Amino acid sequence: MIGLVLTATISVAMIMVLLVVAGTFTWVERRLLGFVQERLGPNRVGPFGSLQWVADTVKILTKEDRPPPGADKLAYILAPAVAATPVLAGFGVVAFGDGLALAPVDVGVLFLLGMMGLTAYAAVLGAWASNNRFSLMGGMRAAAQMLAYEVFLGLSLMGVVMLAGSLSMHAIVEAQHGVWFVVLQPLGAALFCIAGVAAAHRLPFDLPESENDLVAGFITEYTGMSFGLFFLGEYLAVLLVSALAVTLFFGGWLGPWLPGPVWFGLKTAVIAVVFVWLRATLPRPRYDQLLSFAWKIALPLSLLNLLLTGVVVVARSAP
Amino acid sequence: MSTSNLVGELSARFGDAVLGEQTTRDSFPTVWIRPEVTIAVHRYLKDEIDRPFKMLVDLWAIDETARKHREGQPPSGITIASHLLSHDRNADIRIKTPLDAEYPRAKSIGTVFPNALWYEREAYDMFGVEFELQPHSNRILLPPGWEGHPMRKTQPGRATERPLFNMTAALFDAKEHALAADPEKFGLPTHRDGVELMILNYGPHSMATHGVFRIVLALDGEEIVAARPDIGFHHRGAEKMAERQTWHNFLPYTDRVDYLGGVMGEMPYLQAVEKACGITVPDRALTVRIMLSEMFRIMNHLLFYGTMAQDTGAMSPVFYMFTDRERGYRVIESITGARMHPGYFRIGGLSMDLPQGWDRLVREFLDWMPSRLDDYEGMVLRNEIFRARTKGVAAYDTAMAHEWGVTGPGLRATGQAWDVRKARPYAGFEHFDFEIPVGHNGDCYDRTCVRVEEIRQSLKIIRQCVDNMPSGPIKADHPLTTPPPRERMLHDIETMIHHFVGASWGPVLPAGETTGQVETVRGLTQFALISDGEPSSYRTRIRTPSFPHLQMISAVAPGMMVADLVAYLGSIDYVMSDVDR
Repeated sequence: MIGLVLTATISVAMIMVLLVVAGTFTWVERRLLGFVQERLGPNRVGPFGSLQWVADTVKILTKEDRPPPGADKLAYILAPAVAATPVLAGFGVVAFGDGLALAPVDVGVLFLLGMMGLTAYAAVLGAWASNNRFSLMGGMRAAAQMLAYEVFLGLSLMGVVMLAGSLSMHAIVEAQHGVWFVVLQPLGAALFCIAGVAAAHRLPFDLPESENDLVAGFITEYTGMSFGLFFLGEYLAVLLVSALAVTLFFGGWLGPWLPGPVWFGLKTAVIAVVFVWLRATLPRPRYDQLLSFAWKIALPLSLLNLLLTGVVVVARSAP
Repeated sequence: MSTSNLVGELSARFGDAVLGEQTTRDSFPTVWIRPEVTIAVHRYLKDEIDRPFKMLVDLWAIDETARKHREGQPPSGITIASHLLSHDRNADIRIKTPLDAEYPRAKSIGTVFPNALWYEREAYDMFGVEFELQPHSNRILLPPGWEGHPMRKTQPGRATERPLFNMTAALFDAKEHALAADPEKFGLPTHRDGVELMILNYGPHSMATHGVFRIVLALDGEEIVAARPDIGFHHRGAEKMAERQTWHNFLPYTDRVDYLGGVMGEMPYLQAVEKACGITVPDRALTVRIMLSEMFRIMNHLLFYGTMAQDTGAMSPVFYMFTDRERGYRVIESITGARMHPGYFRIGGLSMDLPQGWDRLVREFLDWMPSRLDDYEGMVLRNEIFRARTKGVAAYDTAMAHEWGVTGPGLRATGQAWDVRKARPYAGFEHFDFEIPVGHNGDCYDRTCVRVEEIRQSLKIIRQCVDNMPSGPIKADHPLTTPPPRERMLHDIETMIHHFVGASWGPVLPAGETTGQVETVRGLTQFALISDGEPSSYRTRIRTPSFPHLQMISAVAPGMMVADLVAYLGSIDYVMSDVDR
């Protein structure tokens, strides 16, 4: 009973912390994008604009949030929730330090993959519910993109699972005491990063919400807190994918001198910044070019990676 | 002139259906024909003669009912004029057809020149001329449901001369419903092979369509089956206003026809006016005009570069280009006094001389640009994703470009090195050393590359201007120079009188017709002016390059995906003010 109350309290506290971290990450992104683009980002609200996201949250909460005429009301309200909740749940199994995970399950990686897959529903539900052709096109693109990239998201990290011999986040980090898996699995790491960017639908894979083609893709008809939840879901997904990449490939909390969680935080921050960097630099491939890359190039490569890793693992364990 | 015996050939072929040649101050012939032979004459000029006139540059109407000086012209109520261009001969010809004033009906040449259709719709819209290929009341620039034909001489030019306008709720609803994207109204198919197509209104409020422009698409998934562009949201009545303003007062309006071209918009207008007056502009003024025109070409092409990259998704390069533009605008502002719409040129020269230290500012800009352009090449032109988005997209060849009236970088990207600055040099361009960049495939990538190379060539031209700026007066010593040179005006009563009359009543141009042609940032811009011996224009026809470029979308778009359409629209580099005037 006490354990249950304790877990619940820690969960709530963690959600609060995550919201603050996501908000701060939006500030980091806006400032960084600004600097890359030879301009300042937000720098008025709070020291160096660091409280901009607080002001934005207040604005979003007080905006009119009403389903558009003809919308499917239940799906319209459900879609943002489906966008944010699985990602928050995913953070429950992430190991921030040695023994520091909210729910250290044995199949942490599998659980995370499942949660990432659920976010695909959000895009499709939101697009369908909006009763808007631009949203519909965004949703169709989202569905196809998620399908294509989630497949090799899972496959690309199977190599790591094979080397670590476990699906548990804890065990995978422990297996990297000698050398990080990014060195042993370069192809897997590259494919995972690409798939991760697509799973979070960030540039260059932001076709579902491509601002230039389709007003705002599947988010077109969303305002107020529903929009805020989509937004939150996207930034949390970026952080989740970064955390997952750090755990799987970059040694998790392992590192000299500094305590584990600090290393974890630093490494996740670096990868999150790379996400921002990608957004600032790259243009967006066309829909069919994106899908043909996923199915014809990335998927065969991840299968190849799996094959090679398998051969090496079997060869090493043979007497 | 390679058209000297052309009128003779036409008379021989069509007998007395050729009503005669009109003398104008232009170097090309203006021939009057009977309406019955319109299609035959155009087909003859386009297909049958040697070195044919393959491009229809412009087609417009003239309301002759209030005109006093029509000596040597057959009687006409409303005249339809069509302007053809032959690249092989490097010559033009203008065909005029007289029509009845009350019920003008003309034959459509849409079967000969596909790009005639929008021009004919505009002639209906503005003058009420009915063409038999067009469905009735197919307006293009004015909103559906508009009553009247504004460019006619019976229609007032000021809003204060019209009855009071009240927007009631019912009227608002009616106007809104009239603009609905109804596939029948736009001639769009609703089914293909049994599959129902999705009608998507890529409305006037869209980030992809640069400016207030609307395309109604019929989509099969992501593939475009048919596209119908809809223009007119940016129409401001520039041609009607020209009939109200004096020759001098109209200059700032020409800046605003293409709002990114700035001072370059004044060039074709002044070319025509100065030809009518017989003014020779001094060399210093000509060189400054060239320098500023090329500065604005660079400004526009930089904006194009940034927005082209942004249309494919790269969000950062546009900021770097805008930093460069900021530097360029500071130079322009210190010379002309304003940034985007300087209104710096005058009839006969410039409004004021270059400021001291101008050459240092221009040289700083010239030194700053090349390394930036090299950076952009790595960032954009060599970017694999950008290339994948633009190579092979919206490709058309030179023949199709001629069919649809494409000029400027869009034509040069198909492989034809035709630029008005080289073909018919004006304002002293014959003394400058520069090249015409040419592409090969006529796709979005080549159009981008051609414009980037044009930036470099413009930098070269500006450097030659700075190195060789002639000294001398900046205004011609001619009675019709408006306003006259200030030193003379303050000392000489004749000049003072000219200044007073020119500034208040307006300079009076001799009666006649003149044309000015200039290679502006988007292509060939042509002003055809008719003067009736009044202080204001009788008819000002503004032929802009973006108008035919947009018409072509319905021919090029089918088969593309929506994302390709965005890249294509970016690569046309149009601005709506240039299309709608």
